[in-house]
Amino acid sequence: MRRIVVIGAGPAGMAAANAAALHGVEVVLIDAGAKLGGQYHRQDAVASGDRFAPSALSSDVSQAASAKLARRRFVLAPNVEHVANAAVWAIEPVDGGHRVHLRVGPADGLDRIGRAVEARALVLATGAYDRALPFPGWDLPGVFTAGAAQALAKGQGVAVGDRVVVSGTGPFLLPVAASLIGAGARIVEVAEANAAVTGWLSRPFKAQATGALAGWSKTGELARYAGMLARHRVPYRSRTAVIEAHGSECVESVTVARLDALWNPVPGSERRLEADAVAVGFGFTPQLELALAARCLVEDGFVVVDAAQGTSAPGVFAAGELTGIGGADLAASEGAVAGAAAAKYVGAAVEPPVRAMARVRSGRRFAAALNAAYPVRPGWQGWLRDDTIVCRCEEVTRASLYRAVDERDVGAVRALKLVSGAGLGLCQGRVCGQNVAELADVDPAGFAKRPIASPIRLSELAEEEPVESPIDAEESGRALGVEY
Amino acid sequence: MRVRFDGEEVEVQEGQTVAGVLLAKGIRSWRTTRGGGRPRGLFCGIGVCFDCLVKVNGVPDVRACQRVVAEGDDIRTQAGAELPS
Repeated sequence: MRRIVVIGAGPAGMAAANAAALHGVEVVLIDAGAKLGGQYHRQDAVASGDRFAPSALSSDVSQAASAKLARRRFVLAPNVEHVANAAVWAIEPVDGGHRVHLRVGPADGLDRIGRAVEARALVLATGAYDRALPFPGWDLPGVFTAGAAQALAKGQGVAVGDRVVVSGTGPFLLPVAASLIGAGARIVEVAEANAAVTGWLSRPFKAQATGALAGWSKTGELARYAGMLARHRVPYRSRTAVIEAHGSECVESVTVARLDALWNPVPGSERRLEADAVAVGFGFTPQLELALAARCLVEDGFVVVDAAQGTSAPGVFAAGELTGIGGADLAASEGAVAGAAAAKYVGAAVEPPVRAMARVRSGRRFAAALNAAYPVRPGWQGWLRDDTIVCRCEEVTRASLYRAVDERDVGAVRALKLVSGAGLGLCQGRVCGQNVAELADVDPAGFAKRPIASPIRLSELAEEEPVESPIDAEESGRALGVEY
Repeated sequence: MRVRFDGEEVEVQEGQTVAGVLLAKGIRSWRTTRGGGRPRGLFCGIGVCFDCLVKVNGVPDVRACQRVVAEGDDIRTQAGAELPS
């Protein structure tokens, strides 16, 4: 049975689903959201309709016409089943393939329906989420991740505050500020902890000549955001960050400071700004738990893939931010390659998608240059005080983390979690893992090992699920290679 | 469409999340922590951090940023660790 499961319906997952479907493969596309698009194409949830809707593609149009439509990535091919509002909580190996366990229905409700779907190939496109660095007061209501500000503005039409400071690093801060303005907020300041993003805008010609940058569309997009911020007279300061939020029950003001090259605050440079919200984004962390459950090799925090987006696990492909932070265009190109490769793996006749593969190569060069320009530097650790919360779920302070590390022999993540409590809460170290590992000087890799990939209730775990279309193990022996 | 938040009737639109409804009303926090009893509300906005927990129809620990409102939902603030009622 030629069926693949794609997990995640952002740019990578949608492209993968379409690429596989156009080769005649049956695709199940699973996503947590109600509408397609993921975090990047975040659709307005209150507006009616779905601009990626499968219904836009009727099943009786010619294959050529549907291929053309699907390539525009705004519609799904008819042989894609989109499972919305679904939490994938486990992947397990079965003879000849994989079994994917999910709960479908209202988020965290008791009335979700259990499903178990089997497939010979998987495409993982689970994306990434914002990294937030801790600082005194970051646990006050009114401090949000940049992604939260973006999601609420684009998806719900709500600004997270009236006077917002945006703090972090990288070009993503610009669209976040633009979305907040669009939702009616006033941006008090955009604080970029590294050098100004606008430096990129003045150099694209030089960079293109040397081959270091290939992200033409991206620099054009940034120029538009920069123009919008200039029109609204938003102060944009480089080598600056919010190092403290003040307030009793919620944010009332913040302290920003100049940073030196390692992000240590420059003494005497502190300024107090009146604000009721802070949006913080220091790059992104990939959602690795399903890749780890599928036994994919992970190096330096990302899933290792070959030229066909194949991971080290047979029949498991990965695309998008899981393989490296590179943005929506690169994710979609990787998805197209992964979908074609997965289709070939389950036996479809597939020509190598050479154009998408070329886009992946150039996209990765651009992403590498961008990531090198906007790293997280170690001076952030100096923003913390003894009583600053480092693990939000378990309310572990920096002092108690250090005490646990000093008093016990903590060499790895598991021991660190058990003695300090950091990372043991409901988020399972998603928010604090990288930060706590850096503070305690241990390898952060173990934080993403989560046998239950998404918290479910015990009653749900106990429930029996019927397995849909189980794999025919004999047939699965005929899987073809994906060597290009 | 209408829901109740801590007993008070609120007019909502289809597709809104609990967090979207509460933030639009200017409500910034809707639960307290188990340890310090500190106020919390939305943080990551995309279902990752489990900070925005709220009680919906008697079921605690529902992520307000992920839960889409349904007609007649009874939404309540959550204090510390709560058991289902």
